[in-house]
Amino acid sequence: MPTPKAQTEPMEGLCFRTRGLTKTYGKGAAEVQALRGVDLELPDGELVVVLGASGSGKSTFLNIIGGLDKATSGEVFFRGRDIGRASRQELTQYRRRNVGFVFQFYNLMPSLTAWENVALVTEIADNPLTPDAALEMVGLKERQNHFPAQMSGGEQQRVAIARAIAKQPSVLLCDEPTGALDSATGTRVLEALKTVNDTLNATTLIITHNAGVAAMADRVVIFADGAVREVKVNANPKSPKDISW
Amino acid sequence: MVGGGGLLGWLSVLDRKLWRDLWGMKTQALAIAFVIAGGVSVQLLSTGMLNSLQETRRAYYERYLLADIWAPVVRAPQALLSDIRGLDGVQAAETRIRTGALYDMPGMSEPASGEVLSLPDSGLPSVNQVYLERGRMPEADRGDEVVVLESFATAHQLQIGDTVTATIHGRRAYLVIVGIGLSPEHVYTIPPGDIVPDDRLFGVMWMGRQALARAVDQDGAFNEAVVRLSHGASQAAVIAELDLLFEPYGAPGAYGRDEQISDVFVSSEIDQLRTMGNVLPPIFLLVAAFLVNIVISRLIAVQRAGIGLLKAFGYRDDEVGWHYMKLVAVIGLVGLFIGGGLGIWLGREMAIMYTRYYRFPFLVFDADPRTYAIVIGITAIAILGGAAIAVRQAASLNPADAMTQPPPPDYSKAAGMGITRWHAIDQQTRMILRQIIRWPVRASLTVAGVAASGALLIGTLFFIDSMNVMMDGFFNVSNRYDVSVTFVQPRPRSAYHSVTRMPGVLSAEPFRAASARLRHGHLEERAALIGAPPDPQLSRMVDAQYRTVSPPPGGLVLSQDLAIKLEVEAGDILEIHIAEGRRPVLQVPVSAVTTTLIGSGAQMRIGDLNALLGEGDVVSGAYLIVDPDQVDTLYTALKSVPLVAGTGLQALAAENLNDLMQQNLGTAIWIYTGFAGLIALGVIYNSVRISFAERQRELASLRVLGFTVADVSYILLGEVAFLTLIALPVGAAAGAAMAWYLAAAMSSELFRLPFVINASTFGLAGALLIGITIGSSLLVRHQIERLDMVAVLKTGE
Repeated sequence: MPTPKAQTEPMEGLCFRTRGLTKTYGKGAAEVQALRGVDLELPDGELVVVLGASGSGKSTFLNIIGGLDKATSGEVFFRGRDIGRASRQELTQYRRRNVGFVFQFYNLMPSLTAWENVALVTEIADNPLTPDAALEMVGLKERQNHFPAQMSGGEQQRVAIARAIAKQPSVLLCDEPTGALDSATGTRVLEALKTVNDTLNATTLIITHNAGVAAMADRVVIFADGAVREVKVNANPKSPKDISW
Repeated sequence: MVGGGGLLGWLSVLDRKLWRDLWGMKTQALAIAFVIAGGVSVQLLSTGMLNSLQETRRAYYERYLLADIWAPVVRAPQALLSDIRGLDGVQAAETRIRTGALYDMPGMSEPASGEVLSLPDSGLPSVNQVYLERGRMPEADRGDEVVVLESFATAHQLQIGDTVTATIHGRRAYLVIVGIGLSPEHVYTIPPGDIVPDDRLFGVMWMGRQALARAVDQDGAFNEAVVRLSHGASQAAVIAELDLLFEPYGAPGAYGRDEQISDVFVSSEIDQLRTMGNVLPPIFLLVAAFLVNIVISRLIAVQRAGIGLLKAFGYRDDEVGWHYMKLVAVIGLVGLFIGGGLGIWLGREMAIMYTRYYRFPFLVFDADPRTYAIVIGITAIAILGGAAIAVRQAASLNPADAMTQPPPPDYSKAAGMGITRWHAIDQQTRMILRQIIRWPVRASLTVAGVAASGALLIGTLFFIDSMNVMMDGFFNVSNRYDVSVTFVQPRPRSAYHSVTRMPGVLSAEPFRAASARLRHGHLEERAALIGAPPDPQLSRMVDAQYRTVSPPPGGLVLSQDLAIKLEVEAGDILEIHIAEGRRPVLQVPVSAVTTTLIGSGAQMRIGDLNALLGEGDVVSGAYLIVDPDQVDTLYTALKSVPLVAGTGLQALAAENLNDLMQQNLGTAIWIYTGFAGLIALGVIYNSVRISFAERQRELASLRVLGFTVADVSYILLGEVAFLTLIALPVGAAAGAAMAWYLAAAMSSELFRLPFVINASTFGLAGALLIGITIGSSLLVRHQIERLDMVAVLKTGE
């Protein structure tokens, strides 16, 4: 039974705060502890790079703060609201209003053009950018009438970013956004994410295996064995152009 | 998980995977198996039932020596028998006495009638034997001993030793039942002129020859010869010889089985079942095969990653192919097993139902092995063919490509995309439309599948509408009387007037009936020529719009079936050979041709007919409208009038016909309808389920983007709903075409099925399809709710 205190909490300047977050999959012998008590505070508007080996818990963490999955125990607050205790419907609304996702494999709707893929989201958002503006921001205005099958991987990923930011989300969650791309294309995608972060001031989390990407972050969170091993604040983030892969 | 290590331990690892894959898709596999079962069982039930019915009839006729020719005569000397037996082509012949009878059954106000047939004085007859179910044959000289037809005995709960009061040849007789039997001549027992049997109202009895001859003043004579032909003999030639031989003895003409009332009805019903069986089951089987083919190929297509994985482990293409072939083979076998069992069982049950109805003494269940081979072959081709295409496609990929997500399908080049760019539609609707336009073959196949099951529903349900119109036309439009009274012989008009004065008679109409042969050129048909008043009200011939068509002075109105058989039109002259009395030959112009749904008819004015026959102003009987409160009084009065040969009661006839339709054709129709529904369920559920499997990733992505379950369901189910809506009119049109064909193909000498489909039938078929779509959608919506969004994000990690 949630207490009223647990449902809201003042979080001046903070976007996310988690306390004792755990996540366990399976039962008995098959039990896997994906998160073993994550305590983390992420300020509004920062670009955060999350690093960690496979199985370190970084994706699980992203899923929980993105409202795709529920924690086994612990608290997760988004701007003072306890989303850990939200219902499925509330989580759908949370994702719809606040969260933009970018996936490794783009997950565009193949039957919709770039413009229409973005419009798919703007049609259900409260205060969206126009699809044109969103595509402009990722530098794809001229490709707006192309279908996913007619675009390169990098272009598809930038459409995915445009789709994620078109609703002007408070949070942009990117799980391996450059994982399927070569370095030149990856750089362009990271540039797009940086532009979005600067322009919309959306708290941006980028999960990656690539430690080099950390150089562009305001903050770097390193996961290991289901917990946060280290948080580094980067006083002088580099431009994606200057990152070495 | 299914089974423990015990069972699965026997299997290779790949087979265990197969078993678990099957278990994982059990609902879908079962739905496919049901479609197969539907197609297979309808085919097996239809052929099983038909073969059994035909085989039973053949065996019954053979064992009990049913005659090939019946030759009635007024009175001929017994000495003629040796002449008959000596005719070319005659294998066996018997003479006998056949006479009408009225029965006074205790506790029943309606008059029962029937006939009494003679049995040889010694030994069994060499033609038309009686199957004695219980008791013994009557003694030759005992005028009070009879064997009673089983159906009449059962209807009146008559037992051996009971006595029945009968009026034979105007004389009252008390008959003791010594046996109860069946006869191949009386498989379908109805009085001449009626269309429906009523076991209570019409009874047949067999009596010793001497005794019956005495009772009807036929000592040393006979009034009917029955003949069996030698193998290969010409029926027409023997009939011609018999007619020549009987010419001096007042013979209306010999006839074959094709005009023997019982066999005509049985054959007609078997023919109808055969037509239905030739049309519907193959359609069912082909539709099922076609659907299974599509479903299987899509089912395999979504297994692409699994196929890639097996290949990556080093399995060869043929091994992978064989693995998936086994998967679909199991589904096919389950379907064949369910369908085979159900089909054989239902076929047998239906055959038993018919043998009971027709009172065959035994059932020869015959299932033709060729049918099984065909059914198994078609099923195998459909299933394995569908799988082969998909497996070959998947196996031709290199493992790495197969395991990754396929590249997004290209929507830019599909024809007709232009219309989907229209701005007013939202993106979800756009996705639905583009999915359909991008995969037009798949969409058309779904439409075709749903439409085919809709057509099957309409094509079978139509029979009910058609039969209702047929019955309504017969009982409420053409024959509006309550009771028909037939005299023993044509009587002067005074006899008619005495009937009209009987208690309870509100109005009446006389008729004159004469059996005749109608000839036009070389074509000939037997028919009852009916004389009616100038403006008949109670028994009329009507046109397609139900308007009375009265014969004009000197002219003849002919029913369409006779007109077609004789190739005559209004205005042609018909040669009429009257088969009774002075047997005149008349030339009568056909003034009109009418649509008659039940039976045939040839009608002229009673005055004209009597004038042509030259017998004065006589009538054969009367049609009566009766005060419902005085029906019983009227029946009692009629029973005491010796000149009445028989009575027909319309209300009972309507009820009996309705029962008959419900029981026989009705059962078949409901079974077919049930299977059509089953096929629709299989098609629609699988379409939705496979679409879901194919688009799972897309749908999960949408959920991640913040689309609700309802939004996502709209995209998936909207497509199926849209295709179902397109399929409804297509199915209605195809169903109407099928109904039209069946109406034409199944019309027989006795019934002509009108092509009528009620709006409610379209409505029912549509509602069933929509209901099935909604049901399937709800099942899949449940899966959308449980869609694992995280799995989408995890892909690639």
